[in-house]
Amino acid sequence: MVTIENLHKKFGKNQVLSGLNLTINEGGIFAVLGPNGSGKTTLIKSVLGMVIPDQGNITVLGENIKKNSEYRHKIDYLPQIANFPSNLKVKELIKMIKDLRAFTNAEVQLIDLFKLEPFLDKKLGTLSGGTKQKVNLVLAFMFDSPLIILDEPTTGLDPISLIRLKDLIQKEKAKGKTILITSHIMSFVEEVSDEIVFLLEGKIYFKGSIQELKTKTNQPDFEHAIASILTDNHA
Amino acid sequence: MKNIIPFLIVVFMTSSTIAQTINVCKTCPISTLKGAINQAKDFDTIIVKKGSYKEHNILINKPLTIIGKGYPVIDGELKGEIITITANNVTVDGLFIINVGTSYTEDYAAVRVRRSKNFVIQNLVLEKLFFGIYIEKSRDGKIFHNKIIGDAVEEYNSGNGIQLWYSKNIEIEHNFVQHVRDGIYLEFSDFCTIKNNVSSLNVRYGLHFMFSNDDIYQDNTFDNNGAGVAVMFSKRIKMHNNIFKKNWGTASYGMLLKEINDAEIIGNSFEDNTIGINIEGSNRIIYKHNNFSNNGWAIKIKGACYTNTFTKNNFLYNSFDIAYNSKVNDNTFDKNYWSNYTGYDLDKDGTGDVPYRPVKLFSYIVNRTPETIILLRSMFIDIIDFSEKVSPVFTPDNLLDNEPQIKKMTW
Amino acid sequence: MLKILKYSFYDLMRSRWSYVYFAFYLLLGVVLLFLNNDLSKAVITLMNVIIVLVPLIGTIFGVMYYYNSKEFTELLLAQPLKRSSIFLGQYLGVALSLSMSLILGLGLPFVCYGLFESSAIWDFSLLLITGTFLTLIFTALAFNIAMSNENKIKGFGYAILLWLFLAVIYDGLFLMTLIMFEDYPLDKLSLIGTMLNPIDLSRTLILLKLDISALLGYTGAVFKQFFGTSFGLIVSFVTLIIWVVLPVLRIVYKSKKKDF
Repeated sequence: MVTIENLHKKFGKNQVLSGLNLTINEGGIFAVLGPNGSGKTTLIKSVLGMVIPDQGNITVLGENIKKNSEYRHKIDYLPQIANFPSNLKVKELIKMIKDLRAFTNAEVQLIDLFKLEPFLDKKLGTLSGGTKQKVNLVLAFMFDSPLIILDEPTTGLDPISLIRLKDLIQKEKAKGKTILITSHIMSFVEEVSDEIVFLLEGKIYFKGSIQELKTKTNQPDFEHAIASILTDNHA
Repeated sequence: MKNIIPFLIVVFMTSSTIAQTINVCKTCPISTLKGAINQAKDFDTIIVKKGSYKEHNILINKPLTIIGKGYPVIDGELKGEIITITANNVTVDGLFIINVGTSYTEDYAAVRVRRSKNFVIQNLVLEKLFFGIYIEKSRDGKIFHNKIIGDAVEEYNSGNGIQLWYSKNIEIEHNFVQHVRDGIYLEFSDFCTIKNNVSSLNVRYGLHFMFSNDDIYQDNTFDNNGAGVAVMFSKRIKMHNNIFKKNWGTASYGMLLKEINDAEIIGNSFEDNTIGINIEGSNRIIYKHNNFSNNGWAIKIKGACYTNTFTKNNFLYNSFDIAYNSKVNDNTFDKNYWSNYTGYDLDKDGTGDVPYRPVKLFSYIVNRTPETIILLRSMFIDIIDFSEKVSPVFTPDNLLDNEPQIKKMTW
Repeated sequence: MLKILKYSFYDLMRSRWSYVYFAFYLLLGVVLLFLNNDLSKAVITLMNVIIVLVPLIGTIFGVMYYYNSKEFTELLLAQPLKRSSIFLGQYLGVALSLSMSLILGLGLPFVCYGLFESSAIWDFSLLLITGTFLTLIFTALAFNIAMSNENKIKGFGYAILLWLFLAVIYDGLFLMTLIMFEDYPLDKLSLIGTMLNPIDLSRTLILLKLDISALLGYTGAVFKQFFGTSFGLIVSFVTLIIWVVLPVLRIVYKSKKKDF
């Protein structure tokens, strides 16, 4: 599904990714974890083509992404901060993204799912953070793409919406899709992900299931397992 | 009435008994103008019929009236002067005169009047000429409704359209002069009237005065000449209601004044000239009711100009209103309308409450480094002009209009 | 690109600032024409406004729009769209909506005043064309500055500096250079100096109409050829187009290299 070879990226003097190799197979939910500044967002943005790598190759569904924009038809992306042009209405934004990508009807169900009906005629500038995140989710899920990338999907969501999000993710997984998630909420990660990818200092430190991680670090629960990686490496 | 009756009798007698009419045409017994003049007696009338007559050096030495019918062509074949008048009371009317000879030693003219009185030269068309109408030591003549079209390119090998030399009391009216060196040129000629002429596209000046006094020119149009009118070394010239426009170029002026005293410049209009009026060494001149619009410089004053008064003129949208190159000012600017004035009129008396300074610092800079003209209307220039306005350093302190008008004036 | 242009344009057309800008020009036009009642004077005042304010507004607005729509840009970047079309679309959206405010804001009062029967129509059209060019140029420069500076404050600072430099400081330096080297032939230098600054270039273009009488007073042969024939007009327009194309090309180049 996604193959990354020898990925290097430097921002100024700061080496963020240094020779990262990663293969993500089709199907399943992958969580990309790591301490702050470990390169999670950079990795995701590299896959999306928003960050241009200094070195290395990325292929998505067999297509090399360099100087290519068409492959993004096959990716749904949920950005971290949901901020939209404040003069547009929710309805118009959805219409516009559809206009830019492809026609779909899936947004009707999603709007219903997140109870966005009353906000459709409001301007985006007037919405609360949580509502914006819901709009964000609608935009991300309304296209039926084989690869879904979610950057901090839980931000600002109320408990009910969170449950609905989880259901939604599981449903998409059941369709055989590949889902890439970053999150700081460990419980959420533990609950949804099949496999985790742990980044440290610009490289993959660990890739495998949560069970494997617990075994490797000799820790009874997931949070401690993560913590032990960090303390070991910073000691 | 008492005087007229004997006069009429005399006229009647002369015309019926003495004066005859001689016809000239290609098939007539007399087929040349020269031949006709030879045969004619004093006060005869010669009628030249339509056709082409290849003649030059035609001497009119007796009082005759020569009238062309249907514009007969007198072709000088570039051999020299065409008509020379040396007698009084000669009238030349309705001829089409072409191909005057060019010479560097003699000023050949299409029509020359020498030492004569009471001549009338009218309705002529002159083309391909060197000098057009040349009046020499003559007086009391009339040059009326002629059309002079030259093909001058350079000053040194071209002549003037109408030239007066040591002549007095000449009336020059309704003439149309184009493409010669000076449209109309007066040298040592006094008490002449120049009225309703159009002088345009001339290489040097539309109208040129040298050492001529007490002349008046009015209601003329000077368009697109090297310079509109040059008035030099002359006294008491009256310049009324003329139009000076589109005199464009490095040494181009609507009007050039040099060593002129006691003149009146009233009611003229200066439009689109590089310099409206260029003034050098001229004193006691009254400038009144003139319109200066869209000129590069409305008025450029260069040294030694004293007690001139500029009142009630309109200065409209000129790049520079006044350029002045000395720190001393002895001229008066009063009650003019300046479109660049930014003051206010709180007491509503039609006069601005703040004096206007027509000389900008930038005009000094341009005078010194001409290329800086390219910065005209730049914000930086506006800023330095403003600071100069607030505290004058380079411009004469007392050069200001204390009563600038708020509205454009009409007369 | 056209879709992005459409949405950016609609977005801006609905924003308060476009109305403020439009209303400002409308008011200016009305005041100049109907209170003053003098077309020639109005055109001269407008010229001053256009060569000073249009670049300022273009710069500020361009920088502001870029920073404000950063997240939206990121949203677009994740869509299957070419990077260059996203940025060109946004750029054109801003530049065109600003130009439209300018043209309509000034145009309406002039049309009401009976411009079409007036001889000033060419001067006025030239003013609007120049204003549009300045908008295109300075919005492009603003996008360049914003794309090269992640820090908003820095970006705004540079934008204002750029404007101040080109509108005022440049002419000061230019003037001093000309005076310092006044013993040398300067006409080529002064024309080149003009070409290097889009504000000066636009000013010259307008001078060609308003002050041609004064410009022809200068002796230099190059000057004469430039101002006396249509050569100057053509060269000025070509240079203005270059001034639009270069920053736009840099937007395209930068957009391909930039990380988000």
